[in-house]
Amino acid sequence: MSKFISFITAGDPSLEKTREFIDVLAEDSDIIEIGLPFSDPIAEGDVIQAANKRALEQNTTADKVFDMLENVPFNKIVLLTYANPVFVYGYDRFFKRCKECDVYGVIIPDLPFEERGEASIYADNFGIHLITLIAPTSAQRIQMLATNATGFIYLVSSMGVTGVRGEFTTNLDDIVRQIREVTDVPIYIGFGISTPEQVRQIREIADGVIVGSAIVRIIAEHGDNSSPHIKQFIKEMLKNV
Amino acid sequence: MNARFGEFGGQYVPETLMNAVIELEEAYEYYKKDMAFHDELSDLLNHYAGRPSLLYFAKNMTRDLGGPKIYLKREDLNHTGSHKINNVLGQALLAQRMGKTRLIAETGAGQHGVATATAAALFKMDCDVFMGKEDIQRQALNVYRMKLLGAKVHSVTTGTQTLKDAVNETMREWTRCVHNTHYVLGSVMGPHPFPTMVRDFQSVISRETRNQILALEGELPQAVIACVGGGSNAIGAFYHFIPDDGVDLIGCEAAGLGVETPHNAATIANGMPGIFHGMKSLFCQDQYGQIASVYSISAGLDYPGVGPEHADLHRRGRAKYVAITDGEAVEAFEYLSRTEGIIPAVESAHAVAYAKKVAKTYEGSIIINISGRGDKDVASIARYKGEDLYE
Repeated sequence: MSKFISFITAGDPSLEKTREFIDVLAEDSDIIEIGLPFSDPIAEGDVIQAANKRALEQNTTADKVFDMLENVPFNKIVLLTYANPVFVYGYDRFFKRCKECDVYGVIIPDLPFEERGEASIYADNFGIHLITLIAPTSAQRIQMLATNATGFIYLVSSMGVTGVRGEFTTNLDDIVRQIREVTDVPIYIGFGISTPEQVRQIREIADGVIVGSAIVRIIAEHGDNSSPHIKQFIKEMLKNV
Repeated sequence: MNARFGEFGGQYVPETLMNAVIELEEAYEYYKKDMAFHDELSDLLNHYAGRPSLLYFAKNMTRDLGGPKIYLKREDLNHTGSHKINNVLGQALLAQRMGKTRLIAETGAGQHGVATATAAALFKMDCDVFMGKEDIQRQALNVYRMKLLGAKVHSVTTGTQTLKDAVNETMREWTRCVHNTHYVLGSVMGPHPFPTMVRDFQSVISRETRNQILALEGELPQAVIACVGGGSNAIGAFYHFIPDDGVDLIGCEAAGLGVETPHNAATIANGMPGIFHGMKSLFCQDQYGQIASVYSISAGLDYPGVGPEHADLHRRGRAKYVAITDGEAVEAFEYLSRTEGIIPAVESAHAVAYAKKVAKTYEGSIIINISGRGDKDVASIARYKGEDLYE
């Protein structure tokens, strides 16, 4: 299995289709990241913001997403959402449902290291990885973040929000080296990856890549009929690997 | 510096911004003890913004309401027309000390955007202001004012296209360019140290008021009344009265079409604890934590959250929060205009409306914070009253 994390937003265009897309993504992904939609996703660019909006218009809720995930055999599902939906659902109840649905980890972009304690006691209790993000600006924080990381490390490729872009931060290999000094947890690089050449470059410095907006853009374009297009896109992305 | 007010506050931002908020916290911690910084800020406040602002005895209103002496704290007389300049000058000076060359800001009514654009012009910094498309239409004059001052105004077309979405977009912009850019947050909200820092910069209001009322009346007021959106003018007006247990502190939220209707922005009346825009506080939201669309005639109060210190003052019972409808605010807008010859911002009119309701229950004196002037609202109030008037 390739070290490839694919991302889609749950409920875009419908939860039935999300279930179908998961099976397609499972063919080539070792981890699948599912976005639990939020009204105000501040770390996302236009493409995933629009997907969140479409999903919420379908009345996608945490309960419905968990119910859908209960029947997914793929065992490395990671949920991505924001602090508020988890806090309001209740940390205890949220991570309990994650456990019941065999969720591997949870990514909460607006819950930085200093604030994660209120959630991590519950995540740890239920054996769910609370995934650590490291950014190009993390600098002296890298060691602290990496030392405490479990599951995998989500290394943000560049400044700004999610979305397709041409260039990444130039010091990525330096950040990877600093992480490697303290941990062997796999490092996946995400934000803005959309071409086979970028996948090849990233794979030279890190364990794997995370592709989100480029897949979500296909769903925005093809809606219910996205499956063959997603499949073809991922094959293309991985052709150099 | 404590990052929390009881359970509220904190620093809930993406990792990309963590070093920026830590750097800001350290810089603020350093400069707040720096005499040269204080002297320069005082000089700007006094000789550029026009402080101290007047504490005006509203004789006609006092006579008309037949209760306590009514005083108006005239933040509307500040340069740029509102209390926003107090905070902006502080943050711009700090940003300059930190070596930042560009200011970005969100704005609802446009007052904070205008104040930020003004400071950017004064300090020769670049300036980008993010404003909801809906608000750009409501406050066209302020948009032009910002452009005149050299700022670039970005129309935010996501979500409800109001203040909440303008904050989202400004935070996204900040993650792109945090190395040279300071985010001038306009209210006592967002991640630590903003709620504390903005409150400190705005507390000049109550520092002056407390001295002024003691000089005029020889005793403390019975109440201080201010409008609350994010809550910066209110916390500024309350702060130095918080230890004075005998002084009622009353925040007036926007009830829009009514707190029981879906069309309001009354966070303390209707909100639940949550985590959003970098802080744990109270927010209007649904059972799954989706942030609600809020509504008020006043663009400056049209926000689904409230600053964490207000959430704590409410939880502790030290301040009381009430909700005022559009109709009551518009009536008070007209009332103050005719009674005292002072046209208040429609935001501030919420505080005037509540003062009118409760004046009779007080003796001694009460103070209403007139956070801004109402020129910006004249056209929209005219339209509310059915007149076909555009700026």
